[in-house]
Amino acid sequence: MKKQFGGPAIVLDRSDINTDEIIPAKYLTEVTKEALKPHILEDLDVKGFDPKAEELKKARVIVTRENFGCGSSREHAPWVFEVNDVHTIIAESYARIFRQNMFNCGMLAIELPREGIDELVDLSKNGDLEVDVDLEAQELIARAGDSQQRFVFDISPFDKALVEAGGWVEYADSRY
Amino acid sequence: MGDSHTCTHGAFGAFAAGVGTTDLEVGILKGVCAFRKPRTIRVEITGTLSEGVYAKDVILHIIGQLGVNGATDRVLEFGGPVVDAMSMDARMTLCNMAIEAGGTCGVCLPDATTVEYLWPFIHDEYPSRDAALEEFRMWHSDPDAIYEDILTFDVSELEPQVTFDFKPDCVSPVSGMQGTPVDQVYIGTCTNGRIEDLRQAAEVLKGRRISENVRGIVSPATPKIFNDALKEGIIQIFMDAGFCVTNPTCGACLGMSNGVLAEGEVCASTSNRNFNGRMGKGGMVHLVSPATAAATAVAGVISDARTL
Repeated sequence: MKKQFGGPAIVLDRSDINTDEIIPAKYLTEVTKEALKPHILEDLDVKGFDPKAEELKKARVIVTRENFGCGSSREHAPWVFEVNDVHTIIAESYARIFRQNMFNCGMLAIELPREGIDELVDLSKNGDLEVDVDLEAQELIARAGDSQQRFVFDISPFDKALVEAGGWVEYADSRY
Repeated sequence: MGDSHTCTHGAFGAFAAGVGTTDLEVGILKGVCAFRKPRTIRVEITGTLSEGVYAKDVILHIIGQLGVNGATDRVLEFGGPVVDAMSMDARMTLCNMAIEAGGTCGVCLPDATTVEYLWPFIHDEYPSRDAALEEFRMWHSDPDAIYEDILTFDVSELEPQVTFDFKPDCVSPVSGMQGTPVDQVYIGTCTNGRIEDLRQAAEVLKGRRISENVRGIVSPATPKIFNDALKEGIIQIFMDAGFCVTNPTCGACLGMSNGVLAEGEVCASTSNRNFNGRMGKGGMVHLVSPATAAATAVAGVISDARTL
């Protein structure tokens, strides 16, 4: 089933956030996605970010920099976002395996050029950042305080089809 | 496919790429796997490696130059005289860390060394080694293949390499890190747990004891390698030197078992990732070759095996 996208956003203003920071390896022995839930980003060291803060619990969107999700192929990384209802990530770029794992789980790994991320980071300084996603139009509307900004994004037809289907398993079941 | 270090198998000329659970599931169930068409970067490794400098040092140096996402959505095709002269164990080390530059896969083109390594497994399929080699040549890049980039690394002057900080592209010659104290030395993993790696470490350790300030842990990568190391007397050398010998395991590399670091501890490791907290929360990992790891274990501080 297609997931819900957009909502309150938090900014992780650092490049190369790796899968160990998203979900430490010691939790890979868990056998349910739900068990991962409290451990989201728990070892992440980014200025101004507190994994225990309310903002993270409310967040449905993460805005970040380059090479997000580098490292391990563990799908626990997108899963820990999924069980925390974070279905949308907006970054300058991703590590390949993480990006594909996101689409395979029916979630959105949106890429914006550096200027776009700069604008989102600036916008977030005006107040609580909120991002609406229009997948059909490939457009984002970001709001904070009194300011609002529109961004367009590219997504390949294949990745879009995976997201529309709810993931690679659902897509593959309907095709092969 | 599966683990992100699946790219190790590129050493045999295969396209081998890590994927997550869902890709694995669909691949098994439906026989389908989807990739964005990767572009190819040719990495020409020229010159001659000095004595005591290994494939691990070469790949760390290359990652240092490319950066941790310098090869994202790219295949790294390794070639040139240095690769031609490398054993399969060394080529596996080279390809293993393509992912640390973001690469989809690292490949070495199959040659007589590849055929010789595979011969025990494929001798029923080909009338001769030459026939196998002839068929494997089909997988070589075309003479007019289009590369996104061709990078040349002359490694004649290359020193053993050591990482610092928490990213595998933070790389320094060993001389720049010499004297850094360590609490643990870890030899093994999919990067450097093969028989040649153990031989290189054992050569340094033979007749020596590791520092009393260091925990030395060696984990041969497979039961076969463990057995071969036993027969060659290598396990004895490790034990006489004061190493703890463990079963084949990913173990301490990702902080799962057999050498998880405590807060503030430092480890010289032959593994592939030095991420913050990777081997245990609050721990620091320096990635090195097996020879550098062994020399470091003896000295208790990061050391160059060539001048130990």
